[in-house]
Amino acid sequence: MGLDIAFWILAVVVVVAALMVVSLRNIFRAALALVLCFLTIAGIYITLSADFLAAVQILVYVGAISILIILAIMLTREVQSGSPSNKFRIPAFIISAIFLGAVAFAVFNSTWQISTMAPLAPTTTALASKLFGQGGFILAVEIAAILLLAAILGAIILVREK
Amino acid sequence: MSVGLEHYLILSAVLFAIGLYGALSKRNAIAILICIEIMLSAVNIALVAFSRFITPVALTGQIFVIFIMVVAAAEAAVGLAIIIAIYRSRGHIDATEIDLMKW
Repeated sequence: MGLDIAFWILAVVVVVAALMVVSLRNIFRAALALVLCFLTIAGIYITLSADFLAAVQILVYVGAISILIILAIMLTREVQSGSPSNKFRIPAFIISAIFLGAVAFAVFNSTWQISTMAPLAPTTTALASKLFGQGGFILAVEIAAILLLAAILGAIILVREK
Repeated sequence: MSVGLEHYLILSAVLFAIGLYGALSKRNAIAILICIEIMLSAVNIALVAFSRFITPVALTGQIFVIFIMVVAAAEAAVGLAIIIAIYRSRGHIDATEIDLMKW
């Protein structure tokens, strides 16, 4: 019951925050609404009993990516001119509405095999043994490390002064 | 009616649709990146919901979410670096004006 109430509150907050992100003309306030959006998504992970992912969401998204976005907004100084819409506003709205309708149709007309098992309570140990254990995702972890290294080098080279 | 898988999937679809609208209709390149982050988060919610309600003890969905977060962080870093480089050379980041590779 408590989880249901928490879900509804978080769902309303996250949808309102996302609407603020796309509707505010001041891009800096849109970025602040994005931080609120990320925080409530961490709360939604907690209602889904994904405690490790909630912590990672706060550390990576709220802590790092939003700082990066706000820094880029300040470096480009486009706060005054805002973020106006381009000429595809109406078609974009129609495409989004069609997408939402199609997904809702698919969700409500599918039969999901809901499992009745209780979820794992602390997921950190299980996630670690999945990632690094026998038959796990260790190759993908190493590829992700190489991807992060390439992204760091690429970002440094792109913004370096000539 | 208690909250189930469908609620989370619909929430994820609503967030994805909002992000899609923003990504298609914004002029500012940073705003487009922000909307792409919202879309990635919506996909993450759907994956965690599948992991919670369909395979509660396998956790494969949460593993995928970890990799999506890695790729999203790399994408944000490189994307913002490209935007800053464009701003240095052109003085604006209006995505409708950056059409050098458009034929």
